[in-house]
Amino acid sequence: MMGVAWVAVGSALGGMARYGLSGFVANRIGETFPWGTLVVNVSGAFVIGLLAALVAPAGALPGDATVRQFAIIGLCGGYTTFSSFSLQTLNLARDREWGRVFGNIAASVAFCVLAVWAGIALGAFMFGG
Amino acid sequence: MNVLVTYLVIALGSALGGVARYGCGLLAVALWGATFPWGTLFVNIVGSFVIGGFATLTAPDGRLYVGPLGRQFVMVGLCGGYTTFSSFSLETFALLQQRPLAGASYIGLSLVLCLLAVWLGHALARKANE
Repeated sequence: MMGVAWVAVGSALGGMARYGLSGFVANRIGETFPWGTLVVNVSGAFVIGLLAALVAPAGALPGDATVRQFAIIGLCGGYTTFSSFSLQTLNLARDREWGRVFGNIAASVAFCVLAVWAGIALGAFMFGG
Repeated sequence: MNVLVTYLVIALGSALGGVARYGCGLLAVALWGATFPWGTLFVNIVGSFVIGGFATLTAPDGRLYVGPLGRQFVMVGLCGGYTTFSSFSLETFALLQQRPLAGASYIGLSLVLCLLAVWLGHALARKANE
């Protein structure tokens, strides 16, 4: 039951951070390409990598349920979004911006998976994961 | 004041979406096991379908009027909190390391099904708007 509360609080904080940062990036760089969502998803993927190393069997807090529920499922899960990625990709396709469609898909997948790898590597160095 | 209300509405939506995602994840593991991230795949497809439909239904020329705060609650809060790119990325990385074919399938399934879902939601809402 406490787990649900941790997930709720983490998701609420993550969602607010996503709204704040993606709006800030969109205002700064413009909205012809969904940079805001990309920045949020890549940074969230990096942090989830760090946290995965923290709770890994060889990490500092192996299998810690609170870190998983509050930070991994809550914060990172609420912070990043697949639905906005899908909607923004659809909108680019409706505008026939095919270069941006494939750029957004390729950049999102490649940079997020790379960010996870970098997060796990740094996390293993910091926490011994 | 307006900004504060917007953030609170998004926090509430994200909390509800996040808890629903957590529940779906637990249920998916109980039903189908943990060898493939079915839970994340499921929430990302459903969330994409809902955001595609809702965005078109509540667009300026849409059938449903909910106002900016209602759109932020559902699209930024509920759908954003319900779906996740970070778990998708972590699961992809883990699968690619252990079972590259499963990892590649997970990427392909997620992209194709979520983009189909957002398009289907949009297309059905456009029919409903007519």
